[in-house]
Amino acid sequence: MSNNFDKQNSLLVVDDELVVRDSLSKWFKQDGYKVDTAEDAAQAIKRMSEGPWDVILLDIKMPGMSGLELQKRLREIDPSITTIMITAFASVESAVQALKEGAFDYVTKPVDPDHLSHLVINALRQKKLASENAQLREHLSEIISGDEIIGNSPQMKKVIELSKTVAQTDTTVMIRGESGSGKELIARAIHANSTRRYFPIIAVNCGAVPESLLESELFGHEKGAFTGAQYRRKGKFEMADGGTIFLDEIGTISQKMQVQLLRVIESKQFTRVGGNELIHSDFRIICATNRDLEAAVKDGTFREDLYYRLNVFTVFIPPIRERRTDIPLLVHHFLKKYSGVMNKPVVEITADALDLLVRYDWPGNVRELENVIERAMVLAKPPAIRPADLPFQMVPKHHTPSDDSIASVEKAHIEAMLGKTGWNITRAAEILAIDRVTLYNKIAKYGLSKP
Amino acid sequence: MPSIRLLGIPPSDEQLIEGLVEPLRSILRLPVEIGSGWTLDPAFAFDPYRNQVNSSSIIGGFLQHFPTVDGKILGVTTSDLFVPVLTYVFGEAQLDGPIAVVSSHRLDDTLYGLPPNPDLLAQRLLKEAVHELGHTFGLIHCRDYRCVMHTSTAAEDIDIKSERFCPACESAVSKKRSEMMNG
Repeated sequence: MSNNFDKQNSLLVVDDELVVRDSLSKWFKQDGYKVDTAEDAAQAIKRMSEGPWDVILLDIKMPGMSGLELQKRLREIDPSITTIMITAFASVESAVQALKEGAFDYVTKPVDPDHLSHLVINALRQKKLASENAQLREHLSEIISGDEIIGNSPQMKKVIELSKTVAQTDTTVMIRGESGSGKELIARAIHANSTRRYFPIIAVNCGAVPESLLESELFGHEKGAFTGAQYRRKGKFEMADGGTIFLDEIGTISQKMQVQLLRVIESKQFTRVGGNELIHSDFRIICATNRDLEAAVKDGTFREDLYYRLNVFTVFIPPIRERRTDIPLLVHHFLKKYSGVMNKPVVEITADALDLLVRYDWPGNVRELENVIERAMVLAKPPAIRPADLPFQMVPKHHTPSDDSIASVEKAHIEAMLGKTGWNITRAAEILAIDRVTLYNKIAKYGLSKP
Repeated sequence: MPSIRLLGIPPSDEQLIEGLVEPLRSILRLPVEIGSGWTLDPAFAFDPYRNQVNSSSIIGGFLQHFPTVDGKILGVTTSDLFVPVLTYVFGEAQLDGPIAVVSSHRLDDTLYGLPPNPDLLAQRLLKEAVHELGHTFGLIHCRDYRCVMHTSTAAEDIDIKSERFCPACESAVSKKRSEMMNG
């Protein structure tokens, strides 16, 4: 035995006549719907918190607040409700008004059963399409705005490979990297390559949400759970059901939240703030931090058990100063991106400007690089970006020798060339005009190591 | 021993009711008998303005006369039935309760200007009778278009489905039946 739809659809009948409420609720219950009734506006508004209701059948003519007025009020509570107006007389005026105010359709009492069944099925279909459409749009905008992961350096290739491998599993992933190195991008890439890709990825910046609100943000809350909680709200863990939850800046959460988080990760169950209903959600956790969690564990500010729960599989994103060979690639990617966005024919960068960019230390990583290019694109005169278009504060950082001895100068120069070539020994040896064996010897002599 | 009692509600077609006995017994696997002695006068449920009989009131009338029922009661009439908010119904039943009522009025092809077809009428009435009795066994509408519990709001819709339950509905009925048997 199966009812008309995969999920039980819910219907709220609002009518002042008992006989109408009874017969409609009986009719739809036999069709497998979850049905409830309300005899007036006050009761209907109360029932809204017991929802969500897929379709609301609303009598136009009721004592007190009319169906038209009630429809407005219900829409204020939940703008996505689907209403079908019921009227005893074919009053064109009120029916047209109802439709103008967003009703799906209207019917005249008595209703043809065939018509009513189809009407409700169509209303449900439309509602489903609308919510699916909204979800897809959201998803699409994520795809459009999501940048590709750019990088040809061995370090980045390793990151991409690791991400692809771990994506196929349901393992918790911890992404480590400096600020601006693209942790969220990697998290989205892991989600997009996983079997959960058709479900949402919900990102929460734990550092940006005040401690007092984080609990309700993550677990949701019931109506009246605290001052200002006027309606029930789903939390991020509930929203991530079937998908992935991305917890950014995980190192900033309080001890209390750490305990709660640990429980949710272990049981995949939680209750909304102020609620008793146990909610089960199937999510995968990806978290990110730029903090030294190990030190935090050591000094007791981060729970060791939570650390081990989260730190199952770690992806390190190296800062761009450690993979300078990726800088030209990134620069060209952003050039292309912003010349399109700004509709400006700046598609090149002069060699000396690029050299400046490659030699800079990028404390703000890819984010800083992107901003620098965006700024330069504004200033640049087509067709190319010149050194003058780059910000003044961007003084290239040289590997400065610690003293004036030959050894210090040589060490600094070799270090600089290795950095410039991304530790490509052959290229560095060519620039330095020495052979590779000599370069290896000098690396060993000065104790240089690949970042 | 619980049974299914068929009660004619005037005006009723005795021949049509008799034709239901054997097939209902075979489908529902319970004794089926035609009630005698007492007849419900449907005048109280008649709406002269709509020229129809209120099926919810009829169910109420049955409940008043039979406060306890061992099994199920199916009222059968040729009158056109309605529930107040709908223009018509083929029948009505108490979901998981003892009483159901069914009408042959809108199942008759002559109502749609077609030549009389007594066999088709009997077929349709049987399907609707099984359908309404199915509700009394707690069944809701079924998605399987061949199952008798599939919803039909037009006479030709009834012709598509069979008079039998799909395996899932059948097992639900069978569970309820054994509950009834065991008291």
